[in-house]
Amino acid sequence: MVTVITPTASIEVPTAVVVEDDLWLDAGDLDRVTGYELKPEGFCRDDVCVPVPAGREAEFLRPNGVNLATLWRHLGGAVVHDASAASWSLGDAPADHHARLDALEAPDFTLPDVSGALHSLRDYRGQKVLLAAWASW
Amino acid sequence: MNELADRNFTVIAVALDSEPGAPDPWIEQAAPTYPALIDRAHLLSTLYGIVNVPTAIWIDEDGRIVRPAEVAGAYEAFRHVDPETRTVPEEHRDRARHHRSTYLDAIRDWAASGPASRHALAPDEIRRRLNPPDPAIAEAHARFRLGQHLRATGNEPEARAQFDEASSLHPESWAIWRQAADKLENGIAGGAAFSARVAALGDRHYYPPPDIDGIAE
Repeated sequence: MVTVITPTASIEVPTAVVVEDDLWLDAGDLDRVTGYELKPEGFCRDDVCVPVPAGREAEFLRPNGVNLATLWRHLGGAVVHDASAASWSLGDAPADHHARLDALEAPDFTLPDVSGALHSLRDYRGQKVLLAAWASW
Repeated sequence: MNELADRNFTVIAVALDSEPGAPDPWIEQAAPTYPALIDRAHLLSTLYGIVNVPTAIWIDEDGRIVRPAEVAGAYEAFRHVDPETRTVPEEHRDRARHHRSTYLDAIRDWAASGPASRHALAPDEIRRRLNPPDPAIAEAHARFRLGQHLRATGNEPEARAQFDEASSLHPESWAIWRQAADKLENGIAGGAAFSARVAALGDRHYYPPPDIDGIAE
């Protein structure tokens, strides 16, 4: 069992296969973990597609499998794992930042309150928001 | 800030707290009328570049950043404790009050005047303050989250190693260091290790003051 930790979730991927620094997932799990879909034009998310680099297809793709670790590094994101390679953690990819920061758009998030009810920043459009981070520590 | 609710303004409080239940007593005591959310993974640190608390970001009605992450009214009075009396001298208690009231006044001004407020930053200034993504910081957050997962699943030695690596990749982050640190009985990451890390700041700030009226130094 492999657990993949992203900035927004921890996702168990029973069918993942670890080969040294590679993490092979089936295409459905890639979508579930990262939101990237494998299409003929490459890895696609939100209308943006990243082509598989020519000549490096074998590093990214194999029958029924995609290499999440190689894809993520290609996107500029950090990929780290524990000693047993059972838990993998993905850093925020820089491409996720650039467009929205240039527009000065406040990145959206969805988080629970104490009762477990989920709130998203976008629910508060139309109001000024003082987003105030604190902690018990 | 509840007074501003009728000005189309809301606070969204977010506790960067990984330990289940740790922020709950604080929230119960505050009994806020605004959303009080819990961010166990410190997602907001990744999204907004938060390195300490209290930190706030101002966001307008269209979901655009008006002021990026900055210290929200706090002053590092604890760095000025008199070693003999073990209290904070009056001068620094005054400064703490001044920082807080100045910051709150700035929020009130923005809530009332919106883009016309002198505290609403120009887009180019906001872009200048929004640091570009830094690969070391992104890796630090990835290792921090891996450490949290390892701690939650009982692998404390490896968790500790990931937290230490995260702190060395992103030394400015008190949020990473204090969340991962051993806590005192009151749940605070104080103690000798904290004091030593603060002392190592030297002339640098624990709470860099925002450039609002008289409180920037």
